[in-house]
Amino acid sequence: MSHPCVVTIDSRSAPRVLFSGDRLVEVDLPTGSRVVYPKPPLKALKDVDAAIRYAINHPYNSEPLYAKLRPGMKVTIAMDDISLPLPPMRRPDVRERVLTIVLDLLADYGVDDVEIIIATSVHRRMKDWEIRHVVGDKIFNAYWPKKLYNHDAENLANMKYLGTTEEGEEVELNRRAVESDLIIYVNLNLVPMDGGHKSVAVGLCGYRSLRAHHNPRVMRQCYSYMDPKSSALNTSVVRMGRLANKKLNVFTIETTINNRMFDTPLEFLAKNEDDLTRTERNALHALRFTLDKVPQPARQAIFQRVPSPYGVTGVFAGETEAVHEHTLRRSFEQYCVPVVGQSDILITGIPYISPYNVNSFLNPLLVQVMANGYLFNLYRNAPMVKKGGTMIIMHPCTDLFDNEHHAPYIEFVHRVLPETRDAMELHKIWEPKFAKNPAYIEMYRYGHAYHPTHPFFMWYWGEAGRQHLGRMIVVGADNEYIPQLLGWETARTMDEALRMAKQTAPPNPEIMTLHCPPIFMAEMQVEKQRAPIAALPEG
Amino acid sequence: MAASYFDVDGTLIRTNLVHPTLYYVLNQNTPLHSLAKLGGALVKAPWLAWAETRDRRIFNELLFTSYGGMSEDRLVGLAVETFERVIKPNIYPGARDLVQTSLDKGHDVVLVSGALDFLMRLLAEHLGATDVIANRLEIKDRFATGKLLRPVVAGPEKSRLIREHARSRGHDLDECFAYSDSYSDVPMLSIVGHPAAVNPDRKLSLLANAYHWPIIHVD
Repeated sequence: MSHPCVVTIDSRSAPRVLFSGDRLVEVDLPTGSRVVYPKPPLKALKDVDAAIRYAINHPYNSEPLYAKLRPGMKVTIAMDDISLPLPPMRRPDVRERVLTIVLDLLADYGVDDVEIIIATSVHRRMKDWEIRHVVGDKIFNAYWPKKLYNHDAENLANMKYLGTTEEGEEVELNRRAVESDLIIYVNLNLVPMDGGHKSVAVGLCGYRSLRAHHNPRVMRQCYSYMDPKSSALNTSVVRMGRLANKKLNVFTIETTINNRMFDTPLEFLAKNEDDLTRTERNALHALRFTLDKVPQPARQAIFQRVPSPYGVTGVFAGETEAVHEHTLRRSFEQYCVPVVGQSDILITGIPYISPYNVNSFLNPLLVQVMANGYLFNLYRNAPMVKKGGTMIIMHPCTDLFDNEHHAPYIEFVHRVLPETRDAMELHKIWEPKFAKNPAYIEMYRYGHAYHPTHPFFMWYWGEAGRQHLGRMIVVGADNEYIPQLLGWETARTMDEALRMAKQTAPPNPEIMTLHCPPIFMAEMQVEKQRAPIAALPEG
Repeated sequence: MAASYFDVDGTLIRTNLVHPTLYYVLNQNTPLHSLAKLGGALVKAPWLAWAETRDRRIFNELLFTSYGGMSEDRLVGLAVETFERVIKPNIYPGARDLVQTSLDKGHDVVLVSGALDFLMRLLAEHLGATDVIANRLEIKDRFATGKLLRPVVAGPEKSRLIREHARSRGHDLDECFAYSDSYSDVPMLSIVGHPAAVNPDRKLSLLANAYHWPIIHVD
């Protein structure tokens, strides 16, 4: 008996509706194929503020926050950037609620040397209005820009070397944080790969530290980014985080949210198409019609202008690792859908958003990271697709980049990828050149561009998927050039893609489709229990 | 090793060639001399306006005739004062960082400007730049003739001078960077592997967007 979130297509099943960028496409899937849906949203906490207060007063493996405070001490609050959650959360963002309570507590205890750092690592600097959305008007007006600002990983004078792990990983973090008497990290945990030691050891680090684990060698040893115990990346980050925590006084506050990505008018997008009411079906048709007719910026606005009504499902505080255990448990509770048996062909739509294009366009390199990086890795125990299998994705792969946010991506895709797709070669030859590019560094530091090495990291993120998959086929690409550059085949329709995939698949291939977003993870059980063959009737 | 070539006026500083020239004109030996110089400059103003739209080289040559008759001592003596009063207050807030980033990455930093060399050397010293490509006045019997020595640093000539400079220092132009605010510097931006637009004018902004050149704002 399969889980209710795993639906097997039969002859009466309605077509499935998958994202193809910022459009919705109806797809007729073969009978017998499975579609995995997200679990319904977990129940949200009724009183989030009470939960925050309880968490900081009853922390795990640490004294309560108030006991750590003394007048005149130097405190740095670091917090997650805009890459979480996706799409951005409806106000008040849970980070605002945590900050409000923490800042009040700090004031009560006479702590006035407080700075809030957005832990962007090498992500783009958040804009003032984006920060205002996350922290709220009151905090923004009181702290921005002198005491509330973005981390700058290229301000080398403001980075401080802490030491090197036994594996040779150099830990260098934001100087203000390192020189503080207390670091309070305010995390919003969207997926299991976030939080824990990643918060401080990655969020406040620079290129010197990042290159220890954001490289093809480590990425190839990750067997699901979303399952920390199977991820060499996580192992490396934990080593670095432990070194940092030995030398620093870190108090971690982590929050988990449910998967209510879509607000009431769009809630049906998370439902099984067979269960849609007539009203919902009509709404879906209307939405598809509208998206087909309006220009791209309007399509983007339809989705991106509507913040998500996420509910907070947990608040945990205290020592980093103890806290993160509870966070992971709650996260898996929301996301993990038990699935029995790997597929030969994995199908997924690629939506319009990734952690790296909030308020901008999902460029081709990010399509790659969504497919080979994030969606491929939404599993525990074993990949959803067999080794050497085929992944079919739906996305237009439009050759379009945001000049302001993704400046270094453009050169990476159009100048570097035509030379080589080999991650090791990119890492050894091209990455150091980009890392020293003063124009891109300037855009990262004073504009709103991602760090010049970020496109390389995006390519490495796809490495685990690329190493595992035999073929990648993209349906609905509006050009041949980009898929070719990424090493993908193209098909005009899903039927054509399935025909192509079946040529290299075993007879009667197992086909699995991810109905995503909202986010879920497949808790894979590799062996499919075969039903016993019925005994022949005697006589 | 690479080099970063920076246009100056509008890119690193707010002023243009006219401001320091005007400072010199207004600071002659006597007020009468200054008045005479200013009169001469005003007579040339319409021609300058015409040359500005037609040919940067003619504009430069015409503008620098105002220095004619000034002694070498005066030119050098007033340079520090001109730099302190006219150029230094007009350096863009982010200019030093932009130059420093290039220096941090091990680049030679070269200022390429139509302004006069003795002023540009002071700016280079102030910003930490390693070299200067700038215009030089012809000096005869220790007095400026008002003519520029060849080659006049302007427009397409900038790109030839950059190429020469890169060759003489052993830089691969494909690895070099160039920064400018003006569409008139497209030749200079086009010969390096990494062009960037800084506070670009409208035409350069359109071009930079079309070619995906980095666009940086230091103002």
